[in-house]
Amino acid sequence: MNLLQTTLVLAVAFIAVFGEATFPVLRHWLGVQVDLLPVLMVYAALSTDILTVSLLAVLGGLWFDALSANPLGISILPLYAVGFLMCFRNDLIQREMAFARLVLGTVASAVVPALSVLCLLTAGKQPLLGWGTIWQWLVMTAGGAAATPLVFALFDWCNRALGYQPRIETSFRPDREIRRGRI
Amino acid sequence: MFRKKQYLALGAVTLLALLIFSLPPRVTGHLKLAVGSLFLPLFGLANTSQQLPADLADSVLPRRELLQQIDRLRRQNEQLQVQTVQTAAIARENDQLHSLLGWQQQAPWKLKLANVVTRDPANWWHTVQIDLGSRDGLRENLPVLTAEGLVGRVAFVGYTRAQVVLIGDPNCRVSALVDNPAHDTGILNAGGPVDTSLVEMTYLSGRASLKPGQNVFTSGLGGVFPKGIPIGQVVDSRPVEFGLYTEARVKLSADLGALEQVWVILNPQFNQ
Repeated sequence: MNLLQTTLVLAVAFIAVFGEATFPVLRHWLGVQVDLLPVLMVYAALSTDILTVSLLAVLGGLWFDALSANPLGISILPLYAVGFLMCFRNDLIQREMAFARLVLGTVASAVVPALSVLCLLTAGKQPLLGWGTIWQWLVMTAGGAAATPLVFALFDWCNRALGYQPRIETSFRPDREIRRGRI
Repeated sequence: MFRKKQYLALGAVTLLALLIFSLPPRVTGHLKLAVGSLFLPLFGLANTSQQLPADLADSVLPRRELLQQIDRLRRQNEQLQVQTVQTAAIARENDQLHSLLGWQQQAPWKLKLANVVTRDPANWWHTVQIDLGSRDGLRENLPVLTAEGLVGRVAFVGYTRAQVVLIGDPNCRVSALVDNPAHDTGILNAGGPVDTSLVEMTYLSGRASLKPGQNVFTSGLGGVFPKGIPIGQVVDSRPVEFGLYTEARVKLSADLGALEQVWVILNPQFNQ
């Protein structure tokens, strides 16, 4: 477990949830708030270990539900379902490919809200649904897809700036130095 | 070994989620507030950052403009003072008539101003959180409004914050009355998930004669909202269930998408 990466992922999740609740710019224009937690989950599943994925699902879900009218804990399982599956099949995913990341970001942004609504309906709650929900779902999916490369770029930059860089081995060895004498 | 760790994590997270979800509502409510209080430092930061451009704009406002604004506000204040005197006289007269008829007298509303702190990050609820709580005398089901009209009701109260369910959310139903000769009454139900300015008014009588533009007020029935708070205006109506009853769309007076400050009525009265 890379402590820096885990801390960064959780810190970004915390700020993302706060931003979604405090700055409703997108909601004002499109009537939809894009959720960044599924995209973060994709990053966590592809670049970190199961512990970070679990922490992100639990803490991210709790933070999201605390600022929402959702019953507490309802967002944990949808997030974790997506994160766990990606982490489980991590070795089969070409995680370095930008297109693969984009597809996974799109799928996660589509699946997590759908599963959340399903969980709410199963729990006997009455979320606000209608024809407009399809529009909201499409915008959330597209927004998540658009945010995926940005999130990966942000974390790559943070890791370069804050993490230890791998030591570059040179081919120079003092014992193999060729000393040339005067010809 | 690696797979075993993953299965263990899966079991632990699932168990934890189910455990939290099965807690009693009272406990989860307090747990929610405790988790939500982690965001308190960021609330202050966001307020400062939002206020900074306004402060900057104020500092570059010319003195002449400020003087004009003061003059305008002074005149408006004088007009409002005259209106207040007149309203007080009408209220006294109303009280006298109430006592003559033996009706219960209405106490004036005790209002408290609150700032909207956050909006619901989930798209399937219409709620906001305000910066007043039980320490300010708030309790559940108190009506919340703006100068334009009704906004919603207090759903959950913490020590320093409270959650307000807005009109249009499935958890906020309002008994409403149309300002027409028949005084048709109905229930304001959930609106659309995208457009927060329109809500459905249902259970109106099949013979209701609604016209676009008619004002809609709270009816005072139901024990949550006092009578006479403006809600909005009728947009259109249609008969449903083979004319058994009528449904109407109501455009809300308050702009729920741009709420910054709201008023909470601390002493709602329901006498007719």
